[in-house]
Amino acid sequence: MPENIIIPISSEVLLEEVLKMKGGGCRLVQICATRIPDGYELSYSFGKDFDLYTLRFNIGEEVEIPSISGIYPASFLYENEIHDLFGVPIKMISLDYKGGLYRTEKKTPFK
Amino acid sequence: MSKRSIVPFGPQHPVLPEPIHLDLALEDEKVVEAIPSIGFVHRGLEKLVEKKDFNEYVYVAERICGICSFMHGMGYCESVENIMEVEIPPRAKYLRTIWCEMSRIHSHLLWLGLLADAFGFESLFMETWRMREKVLDMFEYSTGGRVIFSVNKIGGQRKDMDNDMIREFLSVFADMERDLKELVKTFLNNSAVNSRLRDVGFLTKQQAFDLGAVGPFMRSSGISRDTRKLGYAAYPFLDFEPITSDVGDCYARTDVRIREIFQSIDLIRQAAAKIPNGEVSVPVKGFPQGEYFMRVEQPRGEAIYYVKANGTKFLDRVRVRTPTFANLPGMLETMKGCQLADVPILILTIDPCISCTER
Repeated sequence: MPENIIIPISSEVLLEEVLKMKGGGCRLVQICATRIPDGYELSYSFGKDFDLYTLRFNIGEEVEIPSISGIYPASFLYENEIHDLFGVPIKMISLDYKGGLYRTEKKTPFK
Repeated sequence: MSKRSIVPFGPQHPVLPEPIHLDLALEDEKVVEAIPSIGFVHRGLEKLVEKKDFNEYVYVAERICGICSFMHGMGYCESVENIMEVEIPPRAKYLRTIWCEMSRIHSHLLWLGLLADAFGFESLFMETWRMREKVLDMFEYSTGGRVIFSVNKIGGQRKDMDNDMIREFLSVFADMERDLKELVKTFLNNSAVNSRLRDVGFLTKQQAFDLGAVGPFMRSSGISRDTRKLGYAAYPFLDFEPITSDVGDCYARTDVRIREIFQSIDLIRQAAAKIPNGEVSVPVKGFPQGEYFMRVEQPRGEAIYYVKANGTKFLDRVRVRTPTFANLPGMLETMKGCQLADVPILILTIDPCISCTER
């Protein structure tokens, strides 16, 4: 049975852990944010063959995190999405739409 | 030195059934960079989980997209079933597999028709969609719906197919297989079609991996990965291998999808031969608590359903990562260095579903 593991980390070691995933031959599967009472829970999922590894950490409101687009170029869409829809501040995205990826009639981020 | 100019492409364009916009940076007629914009019709369906309970949300999930509505509903149900440790009856697993493969056939035929339409081959477009219509008729006969079926529920299926119906479907698929073998000769051998598809829009195996491509788009670049091999529904009991090509151009993507249609017909035959009798659902009591990442192989590739539940009837989070969203970076890569006239075909060959992406 393929593995489906959630790995708790701290936001400070995000780039380090993502580099380990890259070094281990994993592909980026998805990034998502979930609202929690004092901020956001972030999940970065990586796949190797059929195994799924998800790096998980919480951050407070207005806490800025680094982009992983320098390591996984395809992450820019996910990062712009969680910035636009949830308001998670992310620095150094390779292609930063600065809130313009989603052109919703309702003001984003959705609170 | 060539003059660089920016050409806006979409969101309204004859080859785009749904809205995506690209800013194409050109040097003469050559594309050097493409920057996408989505979000024109974002519907906030993930946010809707705050207002619909976990059973009602099945109907919302089905409405993410009209082409893969069955698989969206099933993917969501399977993730909740995994959280609640619900084992659905074997017959329900086979029914899910049959409806999944019917969805794949109808989606790939729809895409082939759109492709024919994009390069102006109207009769090919009509013949392909005429064939697709038979699948929609079978959907209507077995579920009552042609687009939204509402046959999935947490714990199994709402409807069953009797054995006569399955036999009838097999007969339709046998005819379709014969007709399709004739039809695909045009897609694969016609010189006018080939001139638009061959040696256009290459994506290497490494690029497909690095850019997180999924589905037939990825398999056309030589990566042999198919999420059905994860073993959901009745796939563990069926014999199949991922269909791949090593070429990585638009022709390879067409070829892989065509072979996948024949594979789907074969899977339906296998499932029909093995489907057991019995119940199609089990009662589900209580509320889910926990989280699960469910992966499903949709016609366009791997879709992810993340569900986080808190033990009440309302979920904390539902997140759907659709295959088109994952394929956009790969699509942009294929455009680098292509001619402006090839851009519509390149967009089409990832089989974009912006409706899914704008969930």
